[in-house]
Amino acid sequence: MKSEYKIIADIIKENTRVLDVGCDDGSLMEFLKQEKNVDIRGIEISKEKVQTCISKGLTVIEGDAEFDLKQFPDKSFDFVVLGQTLQAFINPEIVIKELLRVGNKAIVTIPNFGHWKVRLNLLVQGTMPVTKALPNEWYNTPNIHMCTIKDFFKFSETMNFKIYKSLALMNKNVSIIKSSNLSLKNLFCELGIFLIEK
Amino acid sequence: MNIKENIKTLNIKKPLKLDCGKIINDFPLAYETYGSLNENKDNAILVCHALTGDQFVTGLNPVTKKDGWWSHAVGPNKSIDTNKYFVICANVIGGCMGSFGPGHINQKTNKIYGTDFPVITINDIVNAQINLLDHFGIKKLFSVVGGSMGGMQVLQFVSNFPDKTKTAVPIACTSNHSAQNIAFNELGRQAITADHNWLDGKYSLKNSVPDKGLAVARMAAHITYLSKKGLQEKFGRKLQERDDLKFGFDADFQIESYLRYQGSVFVDRFDANSYLYITRAMDYFDLVKQFDGNLSSAFKNTKAKFFVISFTSDWLYPTQENKDIVIALNAIGANVGFVEIESDKGHDSFLLDVPDFLRTLKNFLDKSYFE
Repeated sequence: MKSEYKIIADIIKENTRVLDVGCDDGSLMEFLKQEKNVDIRGIEISKEKVQTCISKGLTVIEGDAEFDLKQFPDKSFDFVVLGQTLQAFINPEIVIKELLRVGNKAIVTIPNFGHWKVRLNLLVQGTMPVTKALPNEWYNTPNIHMCTIKDFFKFSETMNFKIYKSLALMNKNVSIIKSSNLSLKNLFCELGIFLIEK
Repeated sequence: MNIKENIKTLNIKKPLKLDCGKIINDFPLAYETYGSLNENKDNAILVCHALTGDQFVTGLNPVTKKDGWWSHAVGPNKSIDTNKYFVICANVIGGCMGSFGPGHINQKTNKIYGTDFPVITINDIVNAQINLLDHFGIKKLFSVVGGSMGGMQVLQFVSNFPDKTKTAVPIACTSNHSAQNIAFNELGRQAITADHNWLDGKYSLKNSVPDKGLAVARMAAHITYLSKKGLQEKFGRKLQERDDLKFGFDADFQIESYLRYQGSVFVDRFDANSYLYITRAMDYFDLVKQFDGNLSSAFKNTKAKFFVISFTSDWLYPTQENKDIVIALNAIGANVGFVEIESDKGHDSFLLDVPDFLRTLKNFLDKSYFE
């Protein structure tokens, strides 16, 4: 179980309708079903992973969030979850817009490119950073739109959505990101978790 | 075609008003079952067959002496596990394996119906099948499953009887026939009616069979069930039992020989008029139009859990048409899963040994049963 699952589950209210975008093998879906008794659906681009989800009894459709979120009516979910995939889309702007149209609220998690290890890696090696959290080389990484926690705050202003909750994950410890500690969190945290609303 | 000894038949007394306006009653519905119905009667799966299928889903077909059409998917420990589930399959009305069809005797004239048989629709087929639930005392099916025309029946079934099934699995199908689908069916029908042995559909009165026309219809249809890649890999330009071209019109190529064989074995087991009627039912199927252009409305009253499956190389009922069903269901917040299975076996993939498909279908059913 990924360490952010518990944090996501804490944000989501019981018995709500949830959509997990890029639901992978369905492990977060299973966790949320069990912890929060939610009515949960998933959308996943990989055929193999969709089949894994189906074998777990989860309701998942094969699809690409950039094109296939269209089919869900406005506000048809209480929460839409996008876990560590925003940076992999060709058009993160469209995806964010769609998340906020389909869901009342969205929970977005991003691997923080502002983490000191990433920065040091680039500074010292002079090559694109390869870390534990970001294990791919520049030429084969699915993460084509990496951003930092700070970037996400700027993004919220440009895209005109509100951040209701922003949490940072560092060595499995959760902390709240505030404007006073933003620069520090941006340097030391591996993951940002945001609850957003239009 | 006469009703054969080993065909189980339910005689339906209740009048059924067909879409064409005619009313039929006291008509036979041939069916077969596999596995056993449990005490709670909650383990029944209605399997709907495709254009040329019949009620003999699996095991040895007692009439054709060949394996049932869905032997890969249905049986003990298979995707539709007959150790767990009670499988029911009915021959569609209009068919030729014992259900009321154009080969039956018209009581009024004492002659075979032929083209005097009323034109039937997918809706009529489904409305006839529902009688089997009453017959077995089943209040709610566990699932209704079918591929191709069977998938159309699944969609129509859930639309007509929204609370009669817990789950629904439409496979490689569509909510309405495209112009291309209709075109291929028309080609088949023209081949049959152009055969001089067809005799305006009265061939059986004169002991004649339009086998050439029916064989051509089957050959043309068979091509649409396969993919270009699948055909190329299996046959390519390989020659049939010869070293070189013969400069004539015999079957030089293996693909020609294969198609001729497919055509010839088909005429032994299928009735030409049934082929006309069932292809017509498929062409008339339009669940979108039936609900005034909004497919979602067809499913608005159901709580059934859907699982839609398509295949990458199916160009007869392509993924997008299957996805349209998913989109319509998601638009009303229905419970729907969807996957496109990788296969180069074309539309026929659902009938063949495609492990990803068979495994996923099994997993969906077995998990859903205990929910």
